[in-house]
Amino acid sequence: MGIFSLTKKFFSKFFKGKRKVKLGFYGPPNAGKTSLANKICEDWLGESIGTVSNIPHETRSVQFKEEVTIKKGAKELSFKLIDTPGIATKIDYEDFLKFGMGKGEAQKRAKEATHGVIESIKWLDDMDAVVVVIDSTQNPYSQVNITIIGNLAARNVPVLIAANKVDLRKADVKKVEAAFPEYDVIGISVKEGTNMEEFYESLFKLVRKVK
Amino acid sequence: MPYGEIASLGSAERIKKILSLVLAGKVVILQGQLKAEEESRLIEDTMALIGHISGFRGIELAVLENKEEGAGAKFKNSVARMLIGQRNAMTVIGPANIVKEIKRNPKKLEILLK
Repeated sequence: MGIFSLTKKFFSKFFKGKRKVKLGFYGPPNAGKTSLANKICEDWLGESIGTVSNIPHETRSVQFKEEVTIKKGAKELSFKLIDTPGIATKIDYEDFLKFGMGKGEAQKRAKEATHGVIESIKWLDDMDAVVVVIDSTQNPYSQVNITIIGNLAARNVPVLIAANKVDLRKADVKKVEAAFPEYDVIGISVKEGTNMEEFYESLFKLVRKVK
Repeated sequence: MPYGEIASLGSAERIKKILSLVLAGKVVILQGQLKAEEESRLIEDTMALIGHISGFRGIELAVLENKEEGAGAKFKNSVARMLIGQRNAMTVIGPANIVKEIKRNPKKLEILLK
């Protein structure tokens, strides 16, 4: 362990009582991480955090909101919200051409997306708690989901799984629950606002697990 | 590839060896599993190579674990791990320009080639 890490660890322990929880949003591209982060920010801050698109890798760099405070009755929860680019194992600029982009623009987007994935992975070390956003219409056994959750488990970072897009016919929250039986899974639709109250309740539970 | 072939290597060397095979157009079937940190490092290193190596678009990756329950199975697995390395899993890593998709469910992997 380097001197920088030791110093960081010492100071973070020293100021533990005062530090703000860093809550990350992770997942594969197009699962709805930024949509969910926007929903939270709009609900509690009245402003959004980033743009969303149906073209994969719209978020290509880590985005923050320094302080978000959510309230539930007398309870209050403050955290730093960190929205990360989607993690993928492959990025082909030609996939972006299908969305009407020119070759240059598609190549630029692909290059930025690769940097975004690296940045997301590097940030894993700094998270106190993570919401893994999964598209509930897709196969939950994708290796990206498993690798993200495996890495968080190895770091003892508490995880909540948000199975998004439950408004769609193909959504299967039970399959997500079966894939990750050790974790709390909550089915939501950011688009329709479905189950958001339960989601906020789960956030309180998640942050309570932060050591 | 038996896990023994990479067991004595450090994480960086292990990933380098796997990626060198993938870059040579090979689909690696590893008898065993990388650590979680190694899997994320493999993705990071893959991303760093995209755009720098002609035609390389990334990898397809999947792990199939044998999650046998019960004390007997756990004992058998831990003995096997001690003797011959991590054998209770299989990892498939292939170049994305050859492997179109790896479909995974809890009990099987389907590898679709281009």
